[in-house]
Amino acid sequence: MQTATALLQVLSAGIGTGAVYALVALGFNVVFKSTGAMNFAQGEWVVMGGMVTALLIGAFSSIGLAVVTAVVLVGIVGLLSERLTVQPLKKPDALVITLVTIGLSIVSRSLVMLVLGKKPVGYSGFSGNTALSVGGVSIQSQTLWIIAITLAFLVVMHAFFERTILGKALRAAAADREAAAIVGVNVGSTVLLSFGIAALAGALAGAIVTPLTLASYDQGAMFGFKGFSAAMLGGLGSLPGAVVGGLALGLLEAFGSFYISSDFKDAIAFAVLLLILFVRPSGLLGRADIVKV
Amino acid sequence: MASIEAKTGPMTHSRLPRRGLSRHARLALVWLALAAVPFVVPNAYWISLANLALINLVLIASLNLLMGYGGQISLAHAGFFGLGAYASGILNVRYGLPPWAGLPAAAVVAGLGALLIGIPALRLRGHYLAMATLGWNAILVVFFTQLVGLTGGPNGLLGVAPFSIFGHALDTEAKAFPLAWAVAFLVMLAISNLLASRIGRSIRAVATNELGAQSLGIDSFRTKLAVFVLSAGMAGIAGSLYVHINQYASPETFGIAPSIMLLVMVAIGGAGTFYGPMLGALIYTAVPQILLDYEDAELMLFGLGLLVVLILFPRGLAGIPAALAGLVRRRRA
Amino acid sequence: MNTPRSTGDLLEVEGLTCRFAGVTAVDDLSFRVKAGEIKAVIGPNGAGKSTLFNMIAGVTRPTDGAIKFDGARIDRLPTHARARRGIARTFQNLQIFCEMSVLENVMVGRHLRGRATTLSALLHIPSVGAEERAMEATAMALLERFGLAAKAGLPAGSLAFGQMKVLELARALACEPRLLLLDEPAAGLPHAEADKMAETIRDLNRDGMTVLLVEHNMRMVMSLSHDILVLNNGRRIAEGTAEEVRRHPEVLSAYLGEEAVDA
Ligand SMILES: Nc1ncnc2c1ncn2[C@@H]1O[C@H](COP(=O)(O)OP(=O)(O)OP(=O)(O)O)[C@@H](O)[C@H]1O
Ligand SMILES: [Mg+2]
Repeated sequence: MQTATALLQVLSAGIGTGAVYALVALGFNVVFKSTGAMNFAQGEWVVMGGMVTALLIGAFSSIGLAVVTAVVLVGIVGLLSERLTVQPLKKPDALVITLVTIGLSIVSRSLVMLVLGKKPVGYSGFSGNTALSVGGVSIQSQTLWIIAITLAFLVVMHAFFERTILGKALRAAAADREAAAIVGVNVGSTVLLSFGIAALAGALAGAIVTPLTLASYDQGAMFGFKGFSAAMLGGLGSLPGAVVGGLALGLLEAFGSFYISSDFKDAIAFAVLLLILFVRPSGLLGRADIVKV
Repeated sequence: MASIEAKTGPMTHSRLPRRGLSRHARLALVWLALAAVPFVVPNAYWISLANLALINLVLIASLNLLMGYGGQISLAHAGFFGLGAYASGILNVRYGLPPWAGLPAAAVVAGLGALLIGIPALRLRGHYLAMATLGWNAILVVFFTQLVGLTGGPNGLLGVAPFSIFGHALDTEAKAFPLAWAVAFLVMLAISNLLASRIGRSIRAVATNELGAQSLGIDSFRTKLAVFVLSAGMAGIAGSLYVHINQYASPETFGIAPSIMLLVMVAIGGAGTFYGPMLGALIYTAVPQILLDYEDAELMLFGLGLLVVLILFPRGLAGIPAALAGLVRRRRA
Repeated sequence: MNTPRSTGDLLEVEGLTCRFAGVTAVDDLSFRVKAGEIKAVIGPNGAGKSTLFNMIAGVTRPTDGAIKFDGARIDRLPTHARARRGIARTFQNLQIFCEMSVLENVMVGRHLRGRATTLSALLHIPSVGAEERAMEATAMALLERFGLAAKAGLPAGSLAFGQMKVLELARALACEPRLLLLDEPAAGLPHAEADKMAETIRDLNRDGMTVLLVEHNMRMVMSLSHDILVLNNGRRIAEGTAEEVRRHPEVLSAYLGEEAVDA
């Protein structure tokens, strides 16, 4: 009986972390789809989301307002980043954009460090630091918030990609840049949009996970790598894949640190990534990339 | 079908006119000039900086081979540097092997470290290597820190012997300089040689257009893997130099942050230019000395430097003269 | 109309099929290419011609079917291994090495003829230098033959479109292939350049080169080809000489239409 309770507890923790990874992976995928680049700034946006929320909570005294404002602000940072660094590139291929995002991540990190400080910051959960007890299993209320908010964001994103003209244009440009350009899609603005969405998703992940983990300027690389691993696991570029990959990675980590040791939690993401690269490079839900000649 | 050579007859007129010195002569001249460094600098501290700059040059030039010519991003270069340093240092401290045995061993161990991650990550088209190596470097640091029995853990590996020649230990900065100077020369020479061959051309071809390269019979996977392993092996050599000259190594030297900095230096010096890494090594060694009290600003400076270079001078500082010359030529035309 | 020299089959395609999500680009296609002939593949846009080429060259994996080159199955080999067997190609969307010089582009084409290994290159043993000079001379000779010698030192990306097409052909020839796959070599070229391209292909074939050609320029196809394969929706609708194909009713309705009258 006790093990069953423990398992359920690990399960809920894993789903909570997994939801956060799913958001990061979604952001990672959107930029990958529109540019073919690995986005190294993704993790920095997660950190920014948490740290800016922490800063604003003092001023706003409403957590909800602080989160929304922080996420919007970081979304604007994403848009600005693209306009200032990607858009002026003379030869915007995937290699150069990847390098640019490395530059962006360095600048973002040092900006966070210089402006918001080196000390880890945190705030209480959205319903305080309460834990719910369901049939003997104690679940952090923040974990439920994480799951609910992630779900809501995914629904909004799904509607955006399926229903709106902008979302369809983004998908078309991701599928075939040239064809999309021919039918009148402004490919440049879809790249801009993808950076905005990626920053939003990243910041949201940061804002909702910080009550559980604290946020500090140097966590970006780790978040970025986890998001990438989750995206690879689900299938790079696939949006449902981001969800599946994020949850799978979150659960693997939770059970890994429960059964093996929490010291190896981070090594698990890496081992999973290696395994995926070896066995099924296109991930659980992805299709191998086809290049039209 | 008759071979093309036979049909077109002997070629007497076909060499492209080349200006100036051969690549070997140019490199030799530059290195002769560098030999003067210990005689013109004011004190031993400066020589130690020169040694550091030469080790950094090996690191940056080898990363440039991968990144600037091979078109692949590695964020584990400092990790491979560390694999080399610990391999060479541990063989010496724990197993009593001389540093000269550690030098090739460092190259092999670092190369194997690259092979392990390169085989899965390079089979795909795209820049998966960048992210995979980021994770790999993080794991390597965990090993360097956790395997206390071998590496000395966070306190570092102590008591590493210096190189010695005929019983003379190269245990001062001035004595170590000729070694660092010679090794850096040999690495630069090897890179130059490689680039001036069909192998070097295939590396660049795969980076520019993988599909086109494959259609001409180039195995793009093996080409990418070879240049990745080679570049890591050179970083391993730098690691061996480092550990025996400093007689010490500790994990933070080999983390993700230095890996990112090396990459930044490749880009700022001039990715895909032969002498760009010399500028990169100079900046990488000098700037922290100048900004000694502003460590936090350093990160920002280098990040902005990377962005500016990528946007305005894709060939880095070393590419600026060529870019200007091109501009002038176009004006005249 | 000239006749091909020998009669052995260099390329045999059996039941070749390629399905993409929802589209059958090539559908149960079988044909042969005799050594020494110029065979053309024609068909309307989207007929599956490039997909066919990509399957022969190893870029696209067939869903079904077999490809034999010189009697041996090649359909499981990677692209570079097929090039090693003697298949070279040009692309409908140019795939040149833009940042490398024109000369270097052709020298990459000599890759398979070189011996230098990574180790011997690092050490720069004397044979490597000799090999370099030989490759350069051969590449330069090819550039001279195609009128690009004056551009040898320029970045390939700076060439005019037509010159790039010629460069891609020169680069493919540098491999000394036994089968040359040309995907729309005249597309986008002005009349005079297209005629010159046709002349070049004819010359190559006179010297023994086997050519598989995809082209929309009917004048070129009709005048060059020994044999024509007509595709529509991934299926063969006709095969034969220019005369036979021109009169084929299904071809007339499915594809040629007014163009046949023009030619
Ligand atoms: N990678 C791919 N994924 C999905 N469908 C593809 C792919 N490549 C080709 N197709 C489809 O297969 C069909 C055949 O295309 P293909 O490019 O072979 O035609 P083609 O005969 O070369 O046309 P064109 O004369 O325009 O070059 C088309 O319907 C095309 O849309
Ligand atoms: Mg086509």
